[in-house]
Amino acid sequence: MQERGGLRLQELVKRFGDLEAVAGVDLELPPGRLISFLGPSGCGKTTLLRMIAGLEQPTAGRVFLDGEDVTDRPPHSRDIGMVFQTLALFPHLSVSGNIGYGMKIRGVAQAEIRRRVDELLKMVSLEGTADRRVSQLSGGQRQRVATARALALEPRLFLLDEPLSALDANLREQLQVELRLLQQKLGITTIMVTHDQREAMTMSDLVVVMQAGRVEQVGLPLEVYRRPATAFVARFIGSTNLLETTGAGDGRVRLRDRDLAVPGADRSDGGLVLVSVRPEDARLHVGLGAVPNAIPGTVVFVRDLGELFECYVDCELREHVVVAGSPRERVPVDQGDAVQVEFPPDACVVVRA
Amino acid sequence: MSDRKPTHGTYAVLAVPVTMLVVFFLVPFGIMVASSFYHRVEGGFYTPAFELNSWRRLFTEVFIERAVFSIGISLLAGAVCIAVAFPFTFFLTRMKRRPHVALLVVVMSALSLSEVIVGFTWSVLLGRAAGISNILVWLGVMDEARAYQPGFVAVLLGLCYIAFPYCVLTLYPSLSRLDREVTEAAQTMGASPWRTFWTVVVPISRPIIVAGFLLVFVFTLGSYLISAILGRPEHWTLSVFISDQASFNANVPFAAAMAIFLTVLSLAVVGVVTVVESRTRRLT
Amino acid sequence: MRTLKWTTTGLTLVFLVAPLLVIAIVSVNENRYMDFPPQGLSFEWYWALWTDLGWRSAILTSLTVASLGALVAVAIATPLAYVLRAYRIRLSPLLYALGILPFMLPPVISALGAQVFWNAADHAGRIENVIIAHGIFFSTLPLITISLAMETMDPALPEAAQTLGANPRTTFRTITLPLLVPSMITGYAAAFVLSLNEYIIAFLVAGFSVQTLPIKIFNGIRYGFTPTIASVAVVFIVIAATVFSLFAVFGNLLRFLGADPAILERNDA
Repeated sequence: MQERGGLRLQELVKRFGDLEAVAGVDLELPPGRLISFLGPSGCGKTTLLRMIAGLEQPTAGRVFLDGEDVTDRPPHSRDIGMVFQTLALFPHLSVSGNIGYGMKIRGVAQAEIRRRVDELLKMVSLEGTADRRVSQLSGGQRQRVATARALALEPRLFLLDEPLSALDANLREQLQVELRLLQQKLGITTIMVTHDQREAMTMSDLVVVMQAGRVEQVGLPLEVYRRPATAFVARFIGSTNLLETTGAGDGRVRLRDRDLAVPGADRSDGGLVLVSVRPEDARLHVGLGAVPNAIPGTVVFVRDLGELFECYVDCELREHVVVAGSPRERVPVDQGDAVQVEFPPDACVVVRA
Repeated sequence: MSDRKPTHGTYAVLAVPVTMLVVFFLVPFGIMVASSFYHRVEGGFYTPAFELNSWRRLFTEVFIERAVFSIGISLLAGAVCIAVAFPFTFFLTRMKRRPHVALLVVVMSALSLSEVIVGFTWSVLLGRAAGISNILVWLGVMDEARAYQPGFVAVLLGLCYIAFPYCVLTLYPSLSRLDREVTEAAQTMGASPWRTFWTVVVPISRPIIVAGFLLVFVFTLGSYLISAILGRPEHWTLSVFISDQASFNANVPFAAAMAIFLTVLSLAVVGVVTVVESRTRRLT
Repeated sequence: MRTLKWTTTGLTLVFLVAPLLVIAIVSVNENRYMDFPPQGLSFEWYWALWTDLGWRSAILTSLTVASLGALVAVAIATPLAYVLRAYRIRLSPLLYALGILPFMLPPVISALGAQVFWNAADHAGRIENVIIAHGIFFSTLPLITISLAMETMDPALPEAAQTLGANPRTTFRTITLPLLVPSMITGYAAAFVLSLNEYIIAFLVAGFSVQTLPIKIFNGIRYGFTPTIASVAVVFIVIAATVFSLFAVFGNLLRFLGADPAILERNDA
């Protein structure tokens, strides 16, 4: 793992006229890791990446790379490698022309360029394609050429802007794994922008979830999944049941006249406490027997897909409660059955609005 | 357009073409405007002055007749061209590869003929020595060969000929993109192909029809050679009249005044039609 | 509907092709005076294009004016199109309008303007005048083709070059310019062909001392006819038809004309 490529983003703001695309992002990102900027379109993640690359000038704030203030440096002197959403392969150059471009303009000798290009092609499993034209390549091959080109000069930062969005689903998943393995082998600091949370979860060491120009949460993928900080993160990553409960003391909330134990709840004034429970953590109980931490409801819809089953329960809340599980956990219920939905305390997470 | 801020170097690079355009287009145009006020000297020259004589001549019958004729024949050419080019291009875009490409080559070849060649060939075709009437005489349909040129119809045909390929090329891109499913939907609702054409295809294509008409109008307004070759003086367009005044009649101030009139007219027509078109598009 | 299709296409075809046929026949007529039916077959009028000094000189003059004029046109259009699309310039729409204005107005206006300009500069009747006037007048064509190429170019391409270490000047030289070359060539070709055929500007600017091909042909029509004119016409037609046929076969004529790329597959289906 490399030690270079540590980024400090200091209160970055970017405004386009009246639109505030990035509204104050302050992050310290460790070197050598794959970090995802995850969020819906328009959340500012691409703008943030472009500010790191130097393709956009921040309206306010500074960018530090390995301790140096690079905010005023143009992209061509920031020692980065970038893969663009459109891949941006030079159509008038061959594969080796593309990959060797950075070296060529630096005046590296032709033989050395050739050697390095072959090395890179081998690294991305594209041996023998050096002299092909870009138009002759498939989508997946083009993606690999773009990757090889970005890494050719061993940059400090490897930046990816939704690199796999143009590919079909199967190819995407295959390349997700390939890219991740490559990044781990090289140990290069990598920042990837994506709107696909499964992609972020698959590939990242660290996930930065963004919305409306701000960072909602930063953390390890599983941590962000298990302990979402806000309602947005809880909903954006996977699916969840968001329960609008009222605070009833330390570790307790009230929902539909039942008391629920929720660690971390600390309001006693009856104010709103949002609790997130993932469908696969909720449990169905048939009948009306006493079940701790549960509320009653009626089954509205059962979705049995074989590999997983989902049950939609009307508990007279704003939305139906969803209980999901593997086939082994299937509880025999039908539409109209009266059930109780249990929310185990350790699966309940208090989230900010 | 990019976000990048221009540097001093950028402005320096921009200055070259802009200077050339200013010096060799705006300045000549300015001199021409000025010369419309100059005093005309018999024998071909003009001295700087400020007179309105040349402008007054714009109100004479001679000029008004020319102007009306020019505008009229250009409007007519526009209408005729569109009336033929639109269905032609529509059918063209639905043809299979071989006839499609072949027709396009024919159209492009016609386009690349210079105006003088077109004028020449039509003068032969409509003349008395080796033209249509000779063929008809040879076939026994007519008794005696006749010349149809110089004449109004000859000029109109010539103008339509040179404008036609441009008209087709303007209509071609959007007609080729016309969603087939739109016409198919109309037909499933009971419209015959004829009805579909008039109630669906034409209204959808209205902006491009207007563009094509406008193109032919402005293009033929500026035409010189067709009218000069195929028409008698009463069939001369304004361009011929202006050029004639500027060279043979040696009345440059008058020519300049007319040229300015023509400029204003062209810009006004384009401007008005564009505005009307975008207004009505916003309503639909 | 089908009758409409066949009549429209058929009549149009006849309309477009008829003059071409007639002229071809006239050009090989043995007799000096046009008549129909043609009296005999002779290619002497084609030969005259080569041997007659007047025609040779006119052809050479036209080729000179066209090749240099088109060069001026591209030289004006390229920096204009590039800068206006690559940078944020405040007067951009105005400058673009200035670039297309000459071509949008009736040519006689540019012709008259150029005439009074060169008279005022006391530099009348020279071939440079025609070259510059054509260069300005036809600069609109490469301006449009190059602007279009800039617009359809992936904006990420120069950005990618920069992330690979290329400063703006290197980026332009190695990435942008090579990608603009096709549109520059198209613009040059269009300006070249139109200049070759242009009459009124050449005439008013220097018509009595510089005789281009259209001027010679027009004079020939007005003052006396030789079938050599017909042979010039045929040569033009054959060249154009050949060029476009080659383009259709080897290039992508339809896409060049703006057609929907899938159109032929759809029609053939």
